[in-house]
Amino acid sequence: MEKAKAALDKKAPYGEDIDLSEYGKDVPDYGADPNLSQLSAEEKGHVLEVGIDVAKTDRTGSFFLKGHSPVHCTVAQDGVELMPITEALEKYDGLEKYWWKAVDVGADKYTAQAEMALHSGFFLRVKAGTKACFPVQACLYLNEEGISQNLHNLVIAEEGAEVHIITGCTTAPHLKKGLHIGVTEVYVEKGAVVTSTMLHNWGEEVIVRPRTSVWVEADGTYMSNYVCLKPALSVQMYPSVRLKGENAVARLNTILVASKGAVLDVGGKVSLEATGAKAEIISRTITTGGKIISRGMLIGQVPNIKAHLECSGLILSDEGRIHAIPELDGWVSGVEMSHEAAVGKISQEEIEYLMSRGLTEQEATALIVRGFLNVKMEGLPAELQKEIEKMISENEAAFL
Amino acid sequence: MLLEIKDLTVDVSGRTVLKNINLAIDYGETHVLFGKNGSGKTSLLMAIMGFSGYKVKAGSIFFKGQDITYAPIHERAKLGIGMSFQRPPTIRGLKTRDLIRTFHGEDELVERIVDALNFSAFLDRDVNLGFSGGEIKKSELLQLTIQNPDLILLDEPESGVDLENIKIIGKGIKRLLQKNLHRQRVKSGLVITHTGLILNYLEADNGYLMLDGTIRCEGNPREMFETIQSTGYEECARCQR
Repeated sequence: MEKAKAALDKKAPYGEDIDLSEYGKDVPDYGADPNLSQLSAEEKGHVLEVGIDVAKTDRTGSFFLKGHSPVHCTVAQDGVELMPITEALEKYDGLEKYWWKAVDVGADKYTAQAEMALHSGFFLRVKAGTKACFPVQACLYLNEEGISQNLHNLVIAEEGAEVHIITGCTTAPHLKKGLHIGVTEVYVEKGAVVTSTMLHNWGEEVIVRPRTSVWVEADGTYMSNYVCLKPALSVQMYPSVRLKGENAVARLNTILVASKGAVLDVGGKVSLEATGAKAEIISRTITTGGKIISRGMLIGQVPNIKAHLECSGLILSDEGRIHAIPELDGWVSGVEMSHEAAVGKISQEEIEYLMSRGLTEQEATALIVRGFLNVKMEGLPAELQKEIEKMISENEAAFL
Repeated sequence: MLLEIKDLTVDVSGRTVLKNINLAIDYGETHVLFGKNGSGKTSLLMAIMGFSGYKVKAGSIFFKGQDITYAPIHERAKLGIGMSFQRPPTIRGLKTRDLIRTFHGEDELVERIVDALNFSAFLDRDVNLGFSGGEIKKSELLQLTIQNPDLILLDEPESGVDLENIKIIGKGIKRLLQKNLHRQRVKSGLVITHTGLILNYLEADNGYLMLDGTIRCEGNPREMFETIQSTGYEECARCQR
């Protein structure tokens, strides 16, 4: 609490500084809506675009946060626990072993605000040896104009557990302005596998400040897919993964598109702290007029670790800008780390090659861009893959 | 005439790479380009296909009676010109299968060609990513066959291919150029070769020797190839009357 208080005005090292007092509006309590029947058809379609299936077909668990109210939370498998974070804090005496351990509460004004004025979030624990049959979905829905959401999520995969979390963050169809602060702490215990797919679809003036940290113990695997293809005003996030146990693995994939006016400062950091650890960070970014800062950092602290970082950016408009900052930090000999970064336009040679097969310049460009964004994301449910492909096709006009 | 090139002069980055080229290919004919590296053979194919780096400074290109000298690449392709590249670019994330789908070939035909080229294992790989010399040629030939052009430009279709695969590729090219047909044959080819191996698979009608961006000799391709083999390109160019 003291630490949070001290950090309330602390600027974040990256990203534009936001005046939090602008987003102080009161938000109604929506009560419970177990079947999500209060959502309009338009809203249901909208959340489906970020992977949230209201019908919950093929979902092990489902959590829905509307404004500040966790209106819906269900779980359909033994060994999987899902509840609003406030409930979990009460039930488990403050979750001391995990609460603010991976993420530093005093990191910046956003973590501080999440502590001082916590609204909600979800708690997910998968018990030892339990493999969730289907993904668990969490929808963080910003539905009131000009509000802030201060959230704190906690994910624990106990020894040998496996789970895929789909987090869909989106705003109500016509909402413009809002602030989303989301602290997420993920604990991947021995031999556990956590896949996190996060889809963002924000309003045009929404500020987004996720703060995610992940700890992975021996033989554990953490895979993250972050997809943001729709406009947002300002996103700044730099999730960090610590591979603490031997042979722990992390794989972070990011695909994002920045349209005019957007500033996306997004990256991933993996610290390899035990022998046999492996990491891969891949980001594919496109600007059609916005600014992208694509960060990536690998820290090799011990010998016999292997890690690779790939940042590729396509600039499709002269107004756009991509600043790729790949960093490698090796502390000892015996680390094997590499990176490749490329920023530029689509190669004319590739376009003309496809044109020689009879495609128009536009058709060729669309195919190349689609290929560029086609990052292999493991464990993605087919319908989610389709949604992502659909988003890419919808974007096509902006690519030409 | 299917293709008619008149007094064509072409620059690449301000340097003249083709000078006063005259060449005509009729329906059903296959012509061969000989010449050492840098003599302008690939530039000629690229200029016929219309690549942007190849600026036409003078002369004209007619295809099926239409002036295509300044037509965009895809229009030339639609009119019936197709090219097999020696070193095509890699397109990451685009599966060869998905590229081929855009050509709208009949499924049965696609399957047959894939089998004939023994290429099925590569359909789910990114276009040209990590392909060996032989795999590139097969991929090019597969795409061309489905594209089904009337004028086929082949840039060293046998380079980097092992002997076993040369047979497969040679047969594929023969099929593409309708060499099994005689009177009804309409497909034409313009082929670059260094090794001459591909001549064993296609009866070529005419040969050209290129030197410094010009055509220096024209004649029976087999005779020309024999002369080049025994006396070299320079000698062959000198024999011109």
